[in-house]
Parts: sequence; structure tokens; C-alpha cells
Amino acid sequence: MTITAPISAPAGGAEGAGPAAVEFQNVSKRFGSVAANDGVSFTVPRGSICGIVGENGAGKSTAMKLLYGMIRPDQGRILVGGVERNWRSPAEAIAAGIGMVHQHFMLAGALDALDNILVGAEPRRRGMLDRGGARRTVEELSQAYGLAVDLDRPVEDLPVGVQQRVEILKLLFRRAEILILDEPSAVLTPIEVTALFQNLARLRAEGKTILLITHKLREIMDFTDRVAVFRAGRVVGEMATSTTSSQELADLMVGRKVSLQMSASPAAPRQESALRVEALAAGGHGGRSGLGEVSFELKQGEILGIAGVEGNGQSELLRAILFPSDRACRTRGRVWVLGREVTDSQPGEIRSLGVAVIPEDRLREGILPERPAAESFVLGRQREDSFGRWGWLDPARVRAAFQAAATQFDIRPPDPDLSAGRFSGGNQQKIVLAREFGREPRLVIAAQPTRGVDVGAIEAIHQRIVRVRDEGAGVLLVSSELDEILALSDRILVMFNGRFVAEFARGRVTEREIGLKMGGA
Amino acid sequence: MRQLLRSLVALVAGLALGSAVAACAGESPLHIWAVLAKGAFGSRNDVGMTLFYSTPLIFTGLSVAMAFHAGLFNIGAEGQLTMGALAAAAVGAVLPGVPAFVAPWLAGGVAFLGGAVWGAVPGWLRARRGSHEVITTMMFNFIAAGISSYVALHPLANPDSQNPETRPIGPGYQLAQWAVFGGAPLGWALPLALLAAGGCWLYLWRTAAGYELRVVGQSEAAAGVAGISPARVRITALTLAGGLAGLVGVVEVLGNSGRFKPGFSPQYGAMGIAVALLGKNHPAGVVAAALLFGALHKGAADLDMETEHVTRDMALILQALVILSVCADGLWGRIGRGRVNPG
Repeated sequence: MTITAPISAPAGGAEGAGPAAVEFQNVSKRFGSVAANDGVSFTVPRGSICGIVGENGAGKSTAMKLLYGMIRPDQGRILVGGVERNWRSPAEAIAAGIGMVHQHFMLAGALDALDNILVGAEPRRRGMLDRGGARRTVEELSQAYGLAVDLDRPVEDLPVGVQQRVEILKLLFRRAEILILDEPSAVLTPIEVTALFQNLARLRAEGKTILLITHKLREIMDFTDRVAVFRAGRVVGEMATSTTSSQELADLMVGRKVSLQMSASPAAPRQESALRVEALAAGGHGGRSGLGEVSFELKQGEILGIAGVEGNGQSELLRAILFPSDRACRTRGRVWVLGREVTDSQPGEIRSLGVAVIPEDRLREGILPERPAAESFVLGRQREDSFGRWGWLDPARVRAAFQAAATQFDIRPPDPDLSAGRFSGGNQQKIVLAREFGREPRLVIAAQPTRGVDVGAIEAIHQRIVRVRDEGAGVLLVSSELDEILALSDRILVMFNGRFVAEFARGRVTEREIGLKMGGA
Repeated sequence: MRQLLRSLVALVAGLALGSAVAACAGESPLHIWAVLAKGAFGSRNDVGMTLFYSTPLIFTGLSVAMAFHAGLFNIGAEGQLTMGALAAAAVGAVLPGVPAFVAPWLAGGVAFLGGAVWGAVPGWLRARRGSHEVITTMMFNFIAAGISSYVALHPLANPDSQNPETRPIGPGYQLAQWAVFGGAPLGWALPLALLAAGGCWLYLWRTAAGYELRVVGQSEAAAGVAGISPARVRITALTLAGGLAGLVGVVEVLGNSGRFKPGFSPQYGAMGIAVALLGKNHPAGVVAAALLFGALHKGAADLDMETEHVTRDMALILQALVILSVCADGLWGRIGRGRVNPG
């Protein structure tokens, strides 16, 4: 995203003064035979923003859990403010000034913002809750750090970006000096992201130390002072951000050269329709906006990207297309797949027309995490003759097919008996792709195809999606990653509040324009 | 393999706890075990009776396990087996002249159907109307008890008996009892139960339909996206579960009493839940657990006479302790902690 107000790094006046805020010295933590952290060493100066990057399973979260007292190290020393610490619980870490904003917020939706900030640290006066005094403290903090929040509204009514401020205020109220933020931008619009990092810069200026876990290399380059790169349980690189580049970081994370710039060749759309919806509508639930009446058509041989911040009706749109006969998923409108009306068809019939689905919530909808991977590989294809005729399902053939696909799609490890849930996110997604693309789809519905997937696998997944398009399939790509939408889509529809608010052709739009539309401007 | 080991450890732990209970009651655990073993396996007749008690438990255990694989909890095996037995007895009483080479097949099929209907209705209610199967199958147990009592007392009442029971089935339906077991009512029902266990295994792990059933049990969301209809699978699963429980009618009506007697089942349905739990819902495990529970049930009968301080209720205590140990699965997580969830 284009950042309008670049934050000069490193601006922190307090940086370098006194001992480091956090220092890991040769810290190791094993889980059984797996060394989640294997001699990890890195230093975070006081008053700096330090990026922590690495693929899934590289040991970032283990390191943060160690720092936050959720688990204890087997070896090595963790120094906070120059003093060796060995917390027995997060409570001790919090008391010592460490705070964490989790990727999924820990807020009680029905309570107002003030109560959420106070809960667990309620100030008392003569045994009674001192709400008035607490409100003044929170308001001062909010002023001092520029974290504007309406304290009296239930947090579930607040925008996600504001909820995040509530989380940060919660930490400041507990006098946190060191803030750990886990993927803070994942749920924000580009504009909210800018605001977030302005807030973080302000916190740094006030002497706070920030550890930022993120997948987005751009954020690292734009907003951090230092960066530590994790790979396979070790820190493989630690440097000042000004001395590195996105490319170098990506190569370090993966351990080989990767191509960050995927840009698909232009499409050659055909005349045949892959998917058409007309005045499609669905109700929303759980505070999400539903789906307004939307209409669009996707041709075969084309990638249509649906951009938008999560929760603006994308999930409802997908469900209405996949389960049109279910009234809970579609209230109005009609759906055609490959020219055939499927408005009243069962999901199984629709899938058998040649529809591949990469579901949004991979663990819940895409695989069977607790079962051997081969069973996830055959999901939805269990009645194909190649796996057994007359209703039989031959496990030996399924395993053989899995192994063949594992070679073709580079699934690691290529073990059909390993539980699907024990593969990395990227490899789980490759299992899904191998399964879905293995039956020559004519329509591909891909939702958040690279979510929680590491840099190396993103490249492979994007190439597969472009290839299936070149083979003539229509691809509906729903993603909250703007980079992904821009790199792959031949056409882009922007969704806001359950409706399409803009349409762009490939190369005719900047990130800034889309970003504004995503925010409803 | 690990599942098997865990079940065995839980079994040993449960029996050890049982010994402790016996010791507290002032009885030597060794004596108890000796009485139980002798009661269950002391003579050919004892072995036959043990197997006779085990056979219905195989059916009800399979019934619960089948539903469980689809993510359903079948509390209704008792009602299903009642309806199965009643249906078999009714056919045998109404059509007594059917020749012996078709009669058992006919009655067996009808027993399966009777149970299947009693499973299908709660399955349909769950799939289409969202009524929870735990409630509906349990309620169906009461309805089955009421219907079967009525049939045994009125339309098909046996005029030659003071007890509530249906008219005897025709001679063609009776299954031979194997002489080698010294008069125990054991016959072809046992091989049928083993065959059913094998069939369940084939269905669940070697057919597309069985795979779909297990997918729904694992994740309804994944099933839906894959184009599998959870509603249809649930109805099928409870129908099959009901049919399996209904086959208890073959054991009781065709193999033993030759008629339907209300209350013939000492809660085989409830014990089936325990059998499925201990057997980890695997058909082979179900067979093994059913044999164990059958042996406990048979052996415990002698406790009344042979011991001073405990009664046959000791068998119930042992069953309960075994189940509690099996269910203490969380302990394994605690023992194995640190080996899971890296990163």
C-alpha cells in the first residue's frame, strides 16, 4: 500500500540508551523431537520497532511465547532491560512491563471499551471499583499516544482498527514498556494500517519498545528499525532495516532465491461464461454485513479478483455461490455455472460440473486435520472411478495418487499417512490445490489462497492459479491481500459493505485507489 | 496401535481400581477374580453363556460406533433392538408356516428393518429439523417400550402364558443351538455378529459411502464444501445404526426364547455405548469389548453365592470403572504434553 505519511526510521530518541529492552542469548526450546527454537539470539534496543519475520513454524511464535512467559526455555537466557528473567507465567511478564496484542483480539464484545481495558486490572478505591479514576487514566493515555477510542460503546460495534487500539490501550494501562504485536495489520484496511503505524511510531517516540511479527515484508521495510529473520528455529539474520531489502529478507526466510514479483501474463478470456450471478443476496450474521444484490460474470480463461477488507460480504458471496439451494446462504438472486443455472442445485451437483474450491478456512473446510493426509486428498473425489469402482474406495490407490501429486505439487513431506493437520500451512494448501486442480476444473473458486502460507509456497500457489487459468478455467479470486489481487487478477471488483463499489481492469489502477474504495470512500 | 495400547492400559487400570473397591468391601480381590473367571469360563456351558451375552453387545456396540463415526451419539440402541426383536417375533408369529430355509433370513431382515426405522426417524429429525439425536433417540426408547408392551399384551399376546409375551414363532424360524456349549442358547447369531463387524469395517474404511460418513463426523463444514450432503449421511448413519441394533432380535427371538418378552434386554443398548467407548469405535475393538463385558456379566452372577460381601452388582462397578478409565483420555494428553504442538 502507498503510505502517505512516511515515518522516518529510526526516529526513536531513546534508542541505544542503556541496556537493550530484550535480549535472547542462545535460547533453545524443544517440543519432543522438534527444536522449535535452537540457539536463538537477538537483541532489541530500547525505544525501537523490531520486526520479527520467518515462515510458519520457523520459531517466531515460540520465541514470543518464551518472552511472554507462556512457556519456559530449556536452555539459554532471556534478558529484559539487562536483567535475566525466567517468568513462570504471563502474569509475571505483564507485571514486568511486557504486553502482547494477539492476532485474534482478546476482547469481550458486549462490554464497552473501558471495561475491556480495565478487566483483570481493575483499580480499586476502598474496595470498590474506581471507574471514574480509571477513565481519567485511560483518557490521558489515549490523548498522550493519539489512540482515539469511544470508551462507552460495546467493542463489537467498533471498527476493527479501533478494537486494535483498545487492545493497545489495555497494554498501556498495565504499564507495558515492551509491546508484542502479532500480525497486527492482517484485519485492517490500508488506511487503518497507516494509522496503526503512525500510532506505533508515536509509542516509539515515547520510549516504548515494539516487537512486530508480520508476514508482510513491506511493513518491515517501511516501519521498522531492525529486523530479525527466523528460519527452522534459528535466527538466520539480524540487521538494521536500512541495510537490507525485501528480496534479501525473503531469500533469508526461505533459504533460497524466491521471486517476490509474481505478475501474471495477461489473460485471453474466452466467450464461454464460467460463472454468472444475478442480483444475488444473502443475510449477514454475527455482526457481519450480508450480501447486497450483486451481479457479475466471469469468463473462462479469466481471473476475476474480489478485493475488500474481510467481513464485507465476501464469505457470504462464496457461500451463496456454493450453496445456492440453502436458504440460509442465499435469500435472492440466481446463479449460473458454465452456462447452466444451478440456483436450485445441490452442492454436490454443482461441484461435479467441474468446479474446484479452495476454501477460505482451510483447517475447517479444506482438509481433515486429524486424519491421514491421503483422506484429505480424496475429499470430494471419493467417488471417482480411479479410486475404486462400484462405490468401493481403495486406500492403496488413494495413497498412490497422493504420492504422485506430492511429487507434482512439491508437497512436503510426501507422506500420505501423516495427519493433515501436522503439515505446514503452505503444504496443507498444496494438498488442497493438488486435489482440486487434479480434476481439470472449468471454474475455480479460490478464497484467501495464500493465507497463513509461507513465502516460498505463495510463489508456487500463484503459479498454479495462473496455469489453471491459462488452461481455460475461470478463476474467482477472493483475497484480502491487495498485492495478491493486483498481481493475479485480470479484472478487479472491490467489495464494501456487501456490495461492489468499483471495478478496475488489470494495470488500470493503483493500490491507493483500491485502498480508498476498500475503506468505503 | 496406540489406541489399542491405551484401551488396554485403561482396562487394567479400571480392573485394578475394581480390586481396590472389592478390598474396601472386605473381600479378597483374588477371590473375586477367581469367581468371575470360573463363572465366565468354568465350563462349556459357562463359555456358551458368556458368548451368548456378548453377541447382543457386539450388535449394539457396532450400532453406537457406526453413529459415532458420523458424529452422532446413538442413545437409542435399546429402543432399536426392542423394535427389531418385536418385528422378528411378529413376523414369526403371524407367518408361522414359512419354511426353514427362508424363515430366519426373513425374520433377520425384518429385525434389521425394525431397528433401522427406529434409527431413521431420529436421523431424519436431526437432518431436517435440527432436533438433537441424543434427545430423540432417548425418547424413542420409551416409545419402543410402550409399543412393544402393547403388542405383547394385546394383538399378539400368547394365550398359553401368564406372562406378557408374544405368541411363539413358527418352528422354521428357530436357530439351532450348538450342542458343544452344553445347552447354552448359542448358535448362528454369533457368526452373524462377527460378520456384521467385518461388514462395518469394510463399509467404513473401504467404501466411498463409509468415507463420506466419516468425513461428516470429522467436519460438517468440510463435507459441505466437498459436495457431500451432511443431512443425507446422517440419516443413513442412524438408519444403519438402528438396523445393527435391531439384529439383537435374531439373538434373542430366533436364537433363544422364540418369542418377544418385554424387558428381555438387561440394557444391552446402554452397555453398547460402553462397549463402543472401550472398543474405540473400531469394529474389532467392539468385538473384544463385547466379549469382556459379556464375561463380566456372566461371571458376576456367581458372586451372589460365592462371596460374602459383594453381589453381582460388582460387575456394574467394574464396567463403570473401566469406562471411567477409558474416558480419562485427557490424562494421555498430560502425559504426552510437550510432544505435541511444536512451533
